[in-house]
Amino acid sequence: MALMLKNARLIDPQIGLDEVADILIRDGKIVEVGHNLTMEKGIERDLSGKIVTPGLVDMHVHFRDPGQEQKEDIASGSRAAAHGGFTAVCTMPNTDPVVDDAVAVEYVKARAAAVGKCRVIPSGACSKNLKGEVLADMGDMYAHGAPVFTDDGHGIQDAGMMRRVMDYARQFDTAIMVHCQDDSLVADGQVNEGVASTRLGMVGWPAEGEELEIARDIALCRLTGCPLHIQHITTKRGLDLVAAAKAEGLPVTCEVTPHHMFLTEDAITAEYQTSLKVNPPLRTAEDAAALVEGLKNGVIDAIVTDHAPHTDWEKDREFELAPFGMTGLETSLGLVLTHLVRAGVIDYGRMVEAMAVAPRAILRQEPVKIEAGSTADLTVIDPEAVWTVEVEDFCSKANNSGFIGAELVGRATDVYVGGWATMEDGAIVE
Amino acid sequence: MAFNHKHLIDITEYSADDIMTILETAKNFKQVNERRIKKVPTLKGFTVVNMFNEPSTRTRSSFEIAEKRLSADSLNFGGSSTATVKGESLVDTVKTLCSYKIDCIVVRDRWAGVPRKIADVSGVSVIDAGDGKHQHPTQALLDLYSIWEEKGDLAGLHVGVVGDIAHSRVCGSLIPALKIMGCEVTVVAPPTLLPARPDILGADHVTSNLDEALPELDVVYMLRIQRERFEGAPYPNLREYNLLYGLTEQRDKLLKPDACVCHPGPINRGVELDSFMADHPKRSIILDQVYAGVLVRMAALYLLLGGSNDGIDA
Amino acid sequence: MNDASLVKSVCMDADEIERSVTRIAHQILEANKGAENLALVGIVTRGDLLAKMLAHKIQEIEGVDVPLGKLDISFYRDDFATHFAPEVHSTDISFDIDGKTVVLVDDVLYTGRTIRAALDALMDIGRPAAVQLAVLVDRGHRELPIRADFVGKNVPSASDENVRLFLEEVDGISAVEILEIEPGKRAGSAPIKNNGGE
Repeated sequence: MALMLKNARLIDPQIGLDEVADILIRDGKIVEVGHNLTMEKGIERDLSGKIVTPGLVDMHVHFRDPGQEQKEDIASGSRAAAHGGFTAVCTMPNTDPVVDDAVAVEYVKARAAAVGKCRVIPSGACSKNLKGEVLADMGDMYAHGAPVFTDDGHGIQDAGMMRRVMDYARQFDTAIMVHCQDDSLVADGQVNEGVASTRLGMVGWPAEGEELEIARDIALCRLTGCPLHIQHITTKRGLDLVAAAKAEGLPVTCEVTPHHMFLTEDAITAEYQTSLKVNPPLRTAEDAAALVEGLKNGVIDAIVTDHAPHTDWEKDREFELAPFGMTGLETSLGLVLTHLVRAGVIDYGRMVEAMAVAPRAILRQEPVKIEAGSTADLTVIDPEAVWTVEVEDFCSKANNSGFIGAELVGRATDVYVGGWATMEDGAIVE
Repeated sequence: MAFNHKHLIDITEYSADDIMTILETAKNFKQVNERRIKKVPTLKGFTVVNMFNEPSTRTRSSFEIAEKRLSADSLNFGGSSTATVKGESLVDTVKTLCSYKIDCIVVRDRWAGVPRKIADVSGVSVIDAGDGKHQHPTQALLDLYSIWEEKGDLAGLHVGVVGDIAHSRVCGSLIPALKIMGCEVTVVAPPTLLPARPDILGADHVTSNLDEALPELDVVYMLRIQRERFEGAPYPNLREYNLLYGLTEQRDKLLKPDACVCHPGPINRGVELDSFMADHPKRSIILDQVYAGVLVRMAALYLLLGGSNDGIDA
Repeated sequence: MNDASLVKSVCMDADEIERSVTRIAHQILEANKGAENLALVGIVTRGDLLAKMLAHKIQEIEGVDVPLGKLDISFYRDDFATHFAPEVHSTDISFDIDGKTVVLVDDVLYTGRTIRAALDALMDIGRPAAVQLAVLVDRGHRELPIRADFVGKNVPSASDENVRLFLEEVDGISAVEILEIEPGKRAGSAPIKNNGGE
């Protein structure tokens, strides 16, 4: 079956492509990119006014499957991903049971193959049960298709253990992804330490609790040579540490979430909105501005969502008892388009680098390019679509977005995974 | 009089006029509390729930007396029998209470922000009787009342707040309230017991040297030290705390002649406050604060539960 | 003082008020056979000022200082739940009312609800031997079975009118006026400027 995408503006910074042209797809691969293409038989889609990019990848999501399917599962999570314009996601291992052995990796892959609406790349745990004490079966998981490892949700507290993880991982072509949190400083921290913690009367989550572990893990990267990926970075000084490491030539990358760029601690008012309770916490306006600048200048490699679904009843309670996290898959692209691309902060090319190219590279996935021979994982964007973030519109089981009611411009309308449509004209293809 | 509040949750939502209205109304409740029949029929038919989700004998008693003296029907709900212990969510508990057709919830909770949550869910008037480490507005009001009665005026007074600022909901309301009323505020604490940004609360000066601060103060407000915690305690021991931050008899000579001493109770004698100071006939207004608690809580209930002001009737 | 456009008529001037107070003072003394065991309690605001005038008058006539108090009925009103929390003024009765003949004093007697509240308030303070009621103006429209023992003047009025007493001490001029009720307001005593010196 052939598929022809006609008249879209094609953007792929990997090959310097930015022009209106046609794409011909056959057997899941791009066979030709050019002007006035024709085919004998197949489906033709006129995408005039739309933009086509290499398929977007969110390398940091929680699908809660297995174990907490009331929040989300692989079916609903992957639908949310497709709905948000993503062709692939990397799931975090903090499920129940934890993805710390090959069986769990196979479970995620099997469920994704059966019910998934996007590619699902499972990450494995670094330590057994995320306890930071004993190595997880990294080699076995790697062999079964977990390309990267993380204890996301926890920092590995013991520096010696962290060194062991990175030393051991060095034998594989992988990266260790780290959630930087020094528990002795963070303890029961709820919101950014400073104005928010004082104003709201809650235990502060100090920036230094994150920065200390970033500094430590960069040192261990230097010591072991193991590639290091800093997850959901939130502070200006943390970024400075990453920039220095990169300048030194260390294999360090990092990611940022839309909520840390577009929301600050000031958004949490006397209403104690639990939808804004995230880990790491929303930081200061200065930090948020530094993150945007870091994305612009390349210190930040990837935009991720840290999509963290929770049920309404789990979030509709005391702030200090509510779980951390907000969803993001279905708002990320719209937020980036509205606040960064449309606002002129970055161009489409930089967006594609941060949302498609870099995530694949960090996840050790084959690149997707808009050129003949490449896998046809493509995202179609309507840059002029005006829409409002509404709970009713979500494919995710969860409603805990911090952006409900936001007015956005631009969203994905069609998504192709291996040449197959997972979303067409804004609707999930069943 | 333009008092137009439904809730008493966040003292920073109150203006100086609002606070003075409460204090003046409280003063007029004195005659009720000092006569043979200490009760007025004002809140007859109103049901007030005292929802105390963490133990508190003093604040709850004070509210209960205030409610009874206004003829409200009061229900004490909480303690070890709370529904939350049985796994019911706060939201469900509040909805259940509202099904009893109540008019007001007075809430004490160990978590910050709960009173606002209850206000949103219940739709009835809510009074914050202390939420986590956040606020305790009726405590601040009774403190203001006691200081106002003692000093005659609030504006221009220099008030020192001494002790555990970081974990104190009392401070969360008291310091902003003092600022609203035009006071100068100095906080005195070991750095381990200071919040990240005392300036956000309204503190004008921050110091860890009690002896230097005392001579400037018109009012010395001593906070209670939580002596329960030992592991990871923010000071080496109670003796050292008393040496550095206790209001001892020796420190009396550093105080202005007319400086007064407050404490929210219960007092740790020999820790933050020596008996000499706690019982000082001229300086200590600690028992006046307890009485003021009943007065301001009566005033708050009276003002919050009245309907909208639409003129006067004959 | 008042929006002149709202004033429909002046039914008592300063002299008339003075004469009425004098007459009421005589009537009180006559009815009670002197000032012994007598006490005056004025209902704030303005009833207390009238009570003070009556006390002066009784002093002039009998040479006796009768105990004088003022009573705030805010906590006893029957419209608290439906209307508003009225501004609270101080009650100041510094003598023991037990066994006394208490003359309640108010400016205008209208529905009778204020007097009902005042009686309840008085009973919570003590147990007087008897309670009598003196008012400067009775404008009718009673809603409760209450009548005054001493009345300065009966003033027929409509229910959409307000009958208000102004006194030189607080208003700069003494008069009883019939006014139209301002939109959104209800009948009642004129507010005292500067919070009535409370």
